[in-house]
Amino acid sequence: MDEVLLRSLTPAVLGVLVRRGVDFAAAEDAVQDALLEAWRVWPADPPRDPMAWLVTVAWRRFLDTARADAARRRREDVVDEEPPPGPVSGVDDTLQLYFRCAHPSLSPSSAVALTLRAVGGLTTRQIARAYLVPEATMAQRISRAKRTVAGVRFDQPGDVATVLRVLYLVFNEGYSGDVDLAAEAIRLTRQLAAAVDHPEVAGLLALMLLHHARRAGRTAPDGSLVPLAEQDRRRWDTDLITEGVAILQTALSRDRLGEFQAQAAVAALHADAPTAAETDWVQIVEWYDELVRLTDSPVARLNRAVAVGEADGPRAGLAALAALDDTLPRYAAVAAHLHERDGNRSTAARLYAEAARKAPNLAERDHLTRQAARLNTTPPPAPPS
Amino acid sequence: MAKYLLLKHYRGGPTPVIDMPPFDRWTPEEFSAHIQYMKDFAARLEESGEFVDSEALAPEGTFVRYDGEGRPPVTDGPFAETKDLIAGWMVIDVDSYERALELAAELSAAPGQGGRPIHEWLEVRPFMTAPPTITE
Repeated sequence: MDEVLLRSLTPAVLGVLVRRGVDFAAAEDAVQDALLEAWRVWPADPPRDPMAWLVTVAWRRFLDTARADAARRRREDVVDEEPPPGPVSGVDDTLQLYFRCAHPSLSPSSAVALTLRAVGGLTTRQIARAYLVPEATMAQRISRAKRTVAGVRFDQPGDVATVLRVLYLVFNEGYSGDVDLAAEAIRLTRQLAAAVDHPEVAGLLALMLLHHARRAGRTAPDGSLVPLAEQDRRRWDTDLITEGVAILQTALSRDRLGEFQAQAAVAALHADAPTAAETDWVQIVEWYDELVRLTDSPVARLNRAVAVGEADGPRAGLAALAALDDTLPRYAAVAAHLHERDGNRSTAARLYAEAARKAPNLAERDHLTRQAARLNTTPPPAPPS
Repeated sequence: MAKYLLLKHYRGGPTPVIDMPPFDRWTPEEFSAHIQYMKDFAARLEESGEFVDSEALAPEGTFVRYDGEGRPPVTDGPFAETKDLIAGWMVIDVDSYERALELAAELSAAPGQGGRPIHEWLEVRPFMTAPPTITE
């Protein structure tokens, strides 16, 4: 059974139910039930028209639940006949669904969970596993999120930026159970790009593709991190790079720059360099200047200091770093790298050890500890003769 | 089956058998071998159906307490030189207390400098269980 095909139908099925007047929370429950039923039945008995099958099953589930509710409340059963589907506007429905699931009234973790379920068609169990929380906890998080956004009216267009932040989180954070969250984020961003013409949507899609392309090179066989400069570039996925660069170029030609396009441009310059030494750091600094201008983000300034260190030498990088707050995440790691390149090995080793103590995850902690250990236990390289 | 917590302390256990320098004074190869041993150990326990959970903690924590209605929480720390510092844990589900000790000892044999076992003290704590159905 094609699981991705099944899940890709989720927004359309949900859209049909909502257009028939079913409230969002009930419609979403009915669609999730239909998906679970499809999982059970399709492998042995695949439907001729998967979309129609899902709509029929979801609609029946909704009627069953509504009747049970109605009976419980001793009310007349008002919904009975299956009404004809309303005017077809699948694209608008899909877009509205993204806005609803990323609504600003939701916390980031709730928006992520709701998006993965209602737009992505993942089961609560799959989402719970991906974020390492009990299934009951995830079920509560999703049903609270649905209650929060159930009454939201869409008389004004939503802000695409809120949707992009949620998709970025799905791509960038989370563990991996049986669901590949990065691939799922790419699929959902592609689907969004098909529903709305917006250069930042294209920018985020390009950013994801360009980073996903490097995935095989990012870790060694033992699971340890491989820094960008040391990655085997033959292991990068050239098809994804080609696609990402093409999407980015089209977006940039619209001349409506945003943070995701600027980040994607940096990733594209790395992807373009046949070797780390051939990286166009001068252009990368220029893109970080744009990013700082667009976001005024301390993280962008920190990354800019790294790029300056490569473009103009470690002293220039350290000077750029000196202007920043030293409590920023990864500040010590950047300082360590620049001091090492400046030939100051003992300061670099001390800073790498400090960075390891502050690292937010085990892979980075181990990597930084190894850097400190390397500097503390190996003699300095011989000076060039 | 019974669950046990294998608790790894940076500080606070009995006097170490080997006075171990911090990881950043090991060679990168020694450090990698140590990490690999622990990964392999966890993988073997998954294979044998005895692994439950394993987590590492960041070294700095803060003490927090309630300070009365409408007041923000009171915090204390982080303390650089706290006496007892927990590095992380592993939870195992095994048939006997003896098996829990055996596994803890195996984990304590992780290689250190020169590939020699570090003989690290690990704390083994039984989990409280659910009350049994039949009591008489």
